[in-house]
Amino acid sequence: MTAALRLKLENIVKEYPGCRANDGIDLTVEAGEIHALLGENGAGKSTLMKVIYGVVQPDEGRMLWNGHEVRVSSPAQARSMGIGMVFQHFSLFETLTVAENIALSLPPFEARDRKRLDERIREVSERYGMALDPRRYVSTLSVGERQRVEIVRCLIQESTLLILDEPTSVLTPQEVSSLFATLRQLASEGCSILFISHKLEEVRNLCHNATVLRQGRVSGDCRPAEVSANDIARLMVGNDTPISTQVPAAEPGEVLLNVSALEWKSNDPFGTSLKKVALELRKGEIVGIAGVAGNGQDELLKALSGEILVDTGRISLGGENIENLAPDQRRDLGVAIVPEERLGRGAVPDMTLADNALLTASGQGLVERGLIRFGRVREFSREVIRRFGVRCNGENSTAGSLSGGNLQKYIIGREALQNPRLLVASHPTWGVDVGSAVAIHEALVQLRDEGAAIVLISEDLDELYQLCNRLGALCDGRLSPLAPTSELSIEQLGQWMAGEFESAEVSDVAA
Amino acid sequence: MLLLERRPVDSSLMKWASPLLALILTIITGFCLFLSMGKDPVEGLKFFFITPISDLMGLAELGLKMAPLLLCAAGLTVCYRAKLWNIGAEGHFLMGALGASITAVWLVDADGFWVLPVVLLSGTLAGMLWAAVASGLKTHLHCNEILTTIMLNYIALNLLLYVVHGPLKDPYGFGFPQSVMFADSALLPALIPGTRLHLGLAFGLLAAVVVWVLFARSFIGFQLNVVGQDHRAAAFAGFGARRLTWFAFLVGGATAGLAGASEVTGPIGQLVPQVSPGYGYTAIIVVFLGRMHALGIVVASALLALTFIGGEMLQIAMNMPKAVTGLFQGLLLFYLLTCDAFIHYRIRLKRPARQTTMAAKTASGEA
Repeated sequence: MTAALRLKLENIVKEYPGCRANDGIDLTVEAGEIHALLGENGAGKSTLMKVIYGVVQPDEGRMLWNGHEVRVSSPAQARSMGIGMVFQHFSLFETLTVAENIALSLPPFEARDRKRLDERIREVSERYGMALDPRRYVSTLSVGERQRVEIVRCLIQESTLLILDEPTSVLTPQEVSSLFATLRQLASEGCSILFISHKLEEVRNLCHNATVLRQGRVSGDCRPAEVSANDIARLMVGNDTPISTQVPAAEPGEVLLNVSALEWKSNDPFGTSLKKVALELRKGEIVGIAGVAGNGQDELLKALSGEILVDTGRISLGGENIENLAPDQRRDLGVAIVPEERLGRGAVPDMTLADNALLTASGQGLVERGLIRFGRVREFSREVIRRFGVRCNGENSTAGSLSGGNLQKYIIGREALQNPRLLVASHPTWGVDVGSAVAIHEALVQLRDEGAAIVLISEDLDELYQLCNRLGALCDGRLSPLAPTSELSIEQLGQWMAGEFESAEVSDVAA
Repeated sequence: MLLLERRPVDSSLMKWASPLLALILTIITGFCLFLSMGKDPVEGLKFFFITPISDLMGLAELGLKMAPLLLCAAGLTVCYRAKLWNIGAEGHFLMGALGASITAVWLVDADGFWVLPVVLLSGTLAGMLWAAVASGLKTHLHCNEILTTIMLNYIALNLLLYVVHGPLKDPYGFGFPQSVMFADSALLPALIPGTRLHLGLAFGLLAAVVVWVLFARSFIGFQLNVVGQDHRAAAFAGFGARRLTWFAFLVGGATAGLAGASEVTGPIGQLVPQVSPGYGYTAIIVVFLGRMHALGIVVASALLALTFIGGEMLQIAMNMPKAVTGLFQGLLLFYLLTCDAFIHYRIRLKRPARQTTMAAKTASGEA
């Protein structure tokens, strides 16, 4: 048995109706290796992981585990073989404790001895520098701590291959470095790690080897530390796509949006309440709001859009108080919103693109005396598709049939064509291919240059630093002060993301 | 092993084939049922489906039963598109009949062209009032509309029974629980002279046209569709769910109320306890069978109207119990819902994966 070779995939093919998600993929992971799996969304990373973890069966190809050919027919089997996986969206019960959550995935004879299990959790978590209290309820844990629960769960099952799906997207910079320390320690003890990401700097920092996927095929293998991020990006996107935008500086104008002492109490016991949020936004500037997911980003967006009405506080747009207005009334005043969920909020999946234009653009002369002007709706929709390069089969394709990037371009275009005074965009490039992300960034910058004020809520720090005039962070529903991007170090921002700041009352260092 | 697998795209063929398939399965089951009861199945089905509509008189009767079904179904379509599961058409219908009757009895000595519109309008308003109760409970107290509308149906029925046994009882009616006969000026004119078919069918067809325009052309119809398909997108767009709920319920109440008013001013001509054989409930089947589409509900209401007449025909001709109508309606809905599963799902044959698991076990054992 060649102990060094932990996992070997040969010619893996997985076909879905209308799409060859994996098209002859080879991959090898050695014992103790941290191996990156890179690629844009839709490149086939998720499918490949599901094949390895036994969620789906490949149509063709062989999988060798420690030198033996295997067919993994279920995740349970994968776990019993020693493959552990941490999904991007955690599979934890919030109403149960850490130990109970871990016990659920163990065989009954191990799960029954709870005292022993508590000890093992403490032992494993301390050994790898991931402090965890087994008795705490998951609902009280931060996102970073929840991820630890998932990793500890894999380790207690004695996994020898750990698959991590975009593990850093939910972490602050400080949490990322502590996660990396843990992963390096694990690797040094012989555990193999498959690290799925699209953040190139992290991969260069952490991984020994990388396999890059593009459109279901392997487009290259490399040693990430030895090549530039640009070279890896080229492998990911191909040669004909621009990789980034140059953002010229902007000259902000007068104050457009003034939010002060915003308070909103969540009804959901696991939701986030907004606390004393204050912010000031000028025409022609982009303000970025960083933060780990679930710290009030969605609530802030909804408070600005009118989907929730705040309990107290003031939102004034160009001197007009709008905090009591409904979403459509605010839109008539020039407020445009790009929500985080493209499907199921920004667009109705089963409706056509034309119908989805009507969702927010009805005020653009698309409706007259209560009747829909279908000709104009189609025209508007075609204009969005043309101007923003949305790849689709015309305005009659359903929203659900578009790729994430194309649908996002459509949604941004739909809002941009309405000439908004204020645009609030949440995670506009999340899960979007690089080409679309560039187009979206350009659209935002153009809107800014036309004098719109933009609030950009994002977890992607590169994006925030690239586009924003001023930056702040949300933590537990509180907003940090906003500082000019050029004066804000990433360490400082990381501390803000972790909640280390004074109340936002004294915020707004004007740009 | 048979596996129910989600289709990548919903089947649009199946969407329209499903009602036909359900009808065929209902007929087959009916066939077997007749057999098991020792009746001649071919004759039974003929009496049920064909005899009732073999002459003009029969067709007129069909239209007569179609009218209330179509009216109720048109209103329910508006609700169901927005996924508001209003089961209360029966209650709206009864209140409509009651409201119209009270006005008609009050105006029994009046004469003039205005009497009928006033009577119909009061029925419509009574239906809307009843729907408004459920709507208010839903929008302000978050009560589940399925439960409130069902309960309100029973309250409406008992209210009607009380009135017809009490205040509105004809003092010269030999103690029968029924109102006086309405004045001629309060009665709907016949559509085809010599038959009982009245103007109510025209109301029904008009309602279907309105529903068609509403969903094919109007912005509010679009908003209702969005609320039904994706309430988060509706909230994002600012399509007020509360406002649309009121709209849908009031339309549902109005059409069913008008249906009730047309029933007492049409074929019956007075208020009686058995004013509805369950039109409001049957209309639910009509809406689903008609795919929540204007044209679909016209066809479906004709079919369901047939089950009422066919059931009566079987009672007379073959001595079958009255329950046969409900049985056929129930079968139809049951098969429809079953067949509808195949819009989203398909059946696939799966081969067992036993050997592979063994191979993996040995491999992991050695690892």
